[in-house]
Amino acid sequence: MTDGVHEITYRDAVREAIREALLADPRVFLMGEDVGRYGGCYAVTKGLLDEFGPERIRDTPLSESAFVGAGIGAALGGMRPIVEIMTVNFSLLALDQIVNNAATIRHMSGGQFAVPLVIRMATGAGRQLAAQHSHSLVGWYAHIPGLKVVTPATLEDARFMLGAALADPNPVLIFEHVMLYNRSGVLPPGAGPVDIRSAVVRRPGRHVTLVSYGGTLFKTLDAAESLAKEGIEAEVIDLRVLRPLDVETILASVCKTRRAVIVDEGWRSGSLSAEISARITEGTFWELDAPVGRVCSAEVPIPYPHHLEEAALPQPAAIIAAAKAVSGG
Amino acid sequence: MAEFRMPSLGADMEAGTLVEWLKRPGDRVKRGDVVAVVETQKGAIEVDIFEDGVIERWLVEPGTTVPVGTPLALIGDGRVVGRTPEIAAAATVPAPAAPRPVQQPAVALPFEPESRARHPHASPAARRLAAERGIALDTLTGSGPEGAILRSDVERAATALALRPAAPKRLDLTEMRRAIAAAMARSKREIPHYYLSTTVDLTRALARLEAANATRPSAGRLLLAALLLKAVARALGQAPEFNGYFNAEGFQPGAGIHIGTAIAIRGGGLVAPAIHDADKLSLDEMMARLRDLVDRARSGALRSSELSDATITVTNLGERGVETVFGVIYPPQVALVGFGVPVERPWAFGAEITARRVLTATLAADHRASDGHRGALFLADIDRRLQSPETL
Repeated sequence: MTDGVHEITYRDAVREAIREALLADPRVFLMGEDVGRYGGCYAVTKGLLDEFGPERIRDTPLSESAFVGAGIGAALGGMRPIVEIMTVNFSLLALDQIVNNAATIRHMSGGQFAVPLVIRMATGAGRQLAAQHSHSLVGWYAHIPGLKVVTPATLEDARFMLGAALADPNPVLIFEHVMLYNRSGVLPPGAGPVDIRSAVVRRPGRHVTLVSYGGTLFKTLDAAESLAKEGIEAEVIDLRVLRPLDVETILASVCKTRRAVIVDEGWRSGSLSAEISARITEGTFWELDAPVGRVCSAEVPIPYPHHLEEAALPQPAAIIAAAKAVSGG
Repeated sequence: MAEFRMPSLGADMEAGTLVEWLKRPGDRVKRGDVVAVVETQKGAIEVDIFEDGVIERWLVEPGTTVPVGTPLALIGDGRVVGRTPEIAAAATVPAPAAPRPVQQPAVALPFEPESRARHPHASPAARRLAAERGIALDTLTGSGPEGAILRSDVERAATALALRPAAPKRLDLTEMRRAIAAAMARSKREIPHYYLSTTVDLTRALARLEAANATRPSAGRLLLAALLLKAVARALGQAPEFNGYFNAEGFQPGAGIHIGTAIAIRGGGLVAPAIHDADKLSLDEMMARLRDLVDRARSGALRSSELSDATITVTNLGERGVETVFGVIYPPQVALVGFGVPVERPWAFGAEITARRVLTATLAADHRASDGHRGALFLADIDRRLQSPETL
């Protein structure tokens, strides 16, 4: 699957990452709702129960607080759990475990205990799953010291970020956007371990910086492609890691282009896009040629009807318009 | 709130062009600081300020020609002003020296408080570059969102500026000739000159100079000019009616003794920048000031106050080999002292005829301000002081 020839999906890449981790380290196990017998609600873990057995692929009761807490306990006890939460919307039930325990235990124990826990969650809208299953609350977790928050968007990151997350001695949250699972492609030859520290420029450009991550990355790249046809060379940054933010990469790009638009599926108010905008202004104010622009989701619960759902989300047309607005004319 | 105005850099000056701001809004300035460069007929002149304070706001952008007296900047005490003072450009321009109308001042200024909205939008990057390059934002056309000025707009303007021939930092001799013509014609038209002349025995003074210079390196040598200026400065202390200005109210004594020193410009032309408070300078200080002034006059780096506030002029044409100067007073001053070349002459000294080095000192004075009697005493006093060079 990683031989640089066969086409794979994002879903395949995540599954392969989990397989690799299970094979490599006996301390690794996966648990979550429907990850075993059902094969995962997004079919990510299909086949793993057969391959690794119920000790390592564990179906849990419908109690996010309980099984995340169990994951924290296992991590404290020396295991390397991968906990899957069906969607970030349900993770709110485990918020106490994640924010009050996982993120704080190293601090509160004076460094005596670490929580090497990985939590995977699906996030985002676009599959007509309505308001309780479609929100992008990733930015909330990026607010919390003690957590690392990563958002693999490419096949390569889907394939290799898990390894880096498991190697981290502290809790790492991996957010997989639901619209990415079916994306397919060929892993580049020689693809291998990736870091979970840095943002990456996915498309170089000199006229405007488009900052994106996760589910909006490919919409942003599409927008950049259209902009290029109109003579606006957009540089697209894939944040990859929302906490800690790789501010240097953002600022370096904005210093070059003097303009930035942030594309974030979260709601605008109090969002990660607000934080990035603030960092840009703090770090590059005197380099800017335009106010920082943002393309975010409409501030409504994500609608169920397809056309309204699409209308509520950041789309290439809006990204193009925002890029043009800061570019002049 | 004070106004920093386009100075009069000579009685003949009617208008000046602001070439460059050397201080920015928010900068603290004190009396004597050079805040701007103004292009006049005498070349680019550094203009110093007379108040202490903080530059609140520029009122005139570089490149603008405005009449003498036009406010160029507002000087505050550093506290934030709650209200934009309303200034009517025309109302604050005093009558120019000559009644000839000056071209309408191109003052594109934010005088009205509500004019904030007309300020050009400019990005932070554009503002920074414009400030670095000294480019006024409201001279630019923006290509950005809502017409905002972008860094690239400033870059284009900066490139265009660089391609343009540099502003004439050198003196414009044609303009200077015109200025001298205007000033001298006015002088001869308005000032009833009277002339006095006396021959000064310089033997003792020159002997003293030679003795002093024998032990000095050539760069530090005292010139006769310094001694002569010193003697004039001291004598003026006793003869205030020759030190000052004559204007509509009559004679106004000068606030200090600021001796305008006529300096010939290579290629023609003349400036007479002032040595301020010449009576308070030691001989060495006088010499240093003289050298400095000559250097700067020839490089075109004189300050406005030096050009505008001389209270008397001294012309020393001795270097040119002539014996006698018949001076033309530089209005609105009231006197000009001229010195010729020291020459060796048979001279009655005590009971003998002997060879002495003598020099002709002349006074051209404004008869409206003084009479020949006082002039004679003044000139004689200069002579007397040069006989005791050790006291100078």
